[in-house]
Amino acid sequence: MAPSARRRPLETAGPVGVFALFIGFWYFMSYVGMSEGRRFLVPAPHVVLNRSFFGIGSAAETTPAVRSTMFKGLLLSAQVAAVGLLIAILLGMALAVLMSRARWIERSLYPYAVALQAIPVLAFVPLIGSFFDFNFRSRVIVCVIIALFPIIANTLFGLVSVDAGMHDLFTLHGASGRDRLWRLQFPAALPSIFTGLRISAGLSVIGAIVGDFFFRQGDAGIGRLIDVYRARNQTPEMFGAVILSALLGIAVFWLFGLLSRRAIGRWHETTGQR
Amino acid sequence: MASPAAAPHRDTDVLLSVCGVSMTFPDGTHALDDVTLDVRQGEFVTIVGPSGCGKSTVLRIASGLLAGATGAWELADDNLGYVFQDATLLPWRTVQRNVELFCELHGVPAKERTERASEAIDLVGLGGFEQSYPRRLSGGMLMRASLARSLVLHPKLFFFDEPFGALDEITRERLNEELLRLFLLERFGALFITHSISEAVFLSTRVLVMSSRPGRIVGEYEVPFAYPRSDDLRFEPEFAELCGRISHALRDAHR
Ligand SMILES: Nc1ncnc2c1ncn2[C@@H]1O[C@H](COP(=O)(O)OP(=O)(O)OP(=O)(O)O)[C@@H](O)[C@H]1O
Ligand SMILES: [Mg+2]
Repeated sequence: MAPSARRRPLETAGPVGVFALFIGFWYFMSYVGMSEGRRFLVPAPHVVLNRSFFGIGSAAETTPAVRSTMFKGLLLSAQVAAVGLLIAILLGMALAVLMSRARWIERSLYPYAVALQAIPVLAFVPLIGSFFDFNFRSRVIVCVIIALFPIIANTLFGLVSVDAGMHDLFTLHGASGRDRLWRLQFPAALPSIFTGLRISAGLSVIGAIVGDFFFRQGDAGIGRLIDVYRARNQTPEMFGAVILSALLGIAVFWLFGLLSRRAIGRWHETTGQR
Repeated sequence: MASPAAAPHRDTDVLLSVCGVSMTFPDGTHALDDVTLDVRQGEFVTIVGPSGCGKSTVLRIASGLLAGATGAWELADDNLGYVFQDATLLPWRTVQRNVELFCELHGVPAKERTERASEAIDLVGLGGFEQSYPRRLSGGMLMRASLARSLVLHPKLFFFDEPFGALDEITRERLNEELLRLFLLERFGALFITHSISEAVFLSTRVLVMSSRPGRIVGEYEVPFAYPRSDDLRFEPEFAELCGRISHALRDAHR
């Protein structure tokens, strides 16, 4: 547990160094990689931040509107991702529990869960639009479809790979199926469930952005803004929107890492620091 | 050795009787052949035998964990303590909550559950570690916790399947002594499995030798030493002599 309090210098210096390299590369691409006339294609980091968020100097007029549009879009996409993820979690865990109850249920359902993963979801997307609408609902459905599989697969794996000796204990004491599920299988599956949650949380953000690209009714999410700024050649703003969506993904991933440590860090080895 | 013919002699103090039990697994492995044994009140019976001869299988059949055997077996009481080689503690529960588990499964009210668990934890010398998670405990402490978990229900009969097999010699000997202390205190009957002959002799009233697969009982040794037994017993010539005889029998059983 202690290492987090006494981090070795390299543990912070490493990532910071890589980040600096990345920013350096970005500047290099902008000022050396691009000619004067094409520089607008890769605007330098400070230009992106200024035009999108800070609005100092020449950007002062346009930036406030851009900024508020972007944050609204971000909020909307975050909502789509959150609702989609929540549905995926409930549905996925329920399906996994069902499949863990009986072999035949698993055999009947699992191939379709796999298919959901194997079929490129983009091929589905136009269909979803024609069944539902081109707004919030369809974006959420895209999220659910993208985020569902890791939840099902990891929950099911966790539920069925409980140590046989522990099952014996419960058998010896005549445990009911309910007791076995809630006192044995479910807690034993938690580390695996959280692995699935972290993956799906990231995917739900991707789902929200992808859904945005396709379903263009209603308010714009951050994904659609990326597309709009691209179409209007507002490259700094486009980069800004990309950064926001990346931050959303990172925040969600971090949040679930934190939740996981909170929930199982005390007894599960691999969630702590290495 | 008890035989089926001795059945009428069987009386109230028989805790476990196994009579002519054979077992062939679905894959054709002939694991047990006509195994007969019993455990009475106040008896500590130990089975030694080559690896893979079917010792665990006997316990699994008698406890109802494994179906498909032929023959007859009977537990006098459903309340059975069963300690595995792995402590099989639930890693997400503290020691206290692990020890409470069986009470939960049997619907014992929360307050009584806590009291009984605390009592059992003290009994095995784990006081102070109630709130520790299993991953923080040593192998010896894990076994103590596992013992405590079964003790809360005060079973009249205990199965031990190589409980100390993974421990170092010193820890094992210490736990042997503590197990005997509990045996005298709780007065349960025990069916114990080990690969260590000195452990078998030190603990038992009776040692059974099993042949290699298909497992049969090929030898039975009364251990004459009175309880309570102290560690010094291990250095007595009679102790060494009995260990030697069992060791011989075991070597024959290996053929
Ligand atoms: N489910 C099973 N299917 C087929 N064979 C099995 C099964 N379980 C056990 N066996 C076989 O039955 C034999 C007896 O197994 P058992 O575990 O009872 O041996 P053991 O005497 O306890 O061995 P050890 O001392 O190594 O624990 C072994 O040869 C084992 O491979
Ligand atoms: Mg065994």
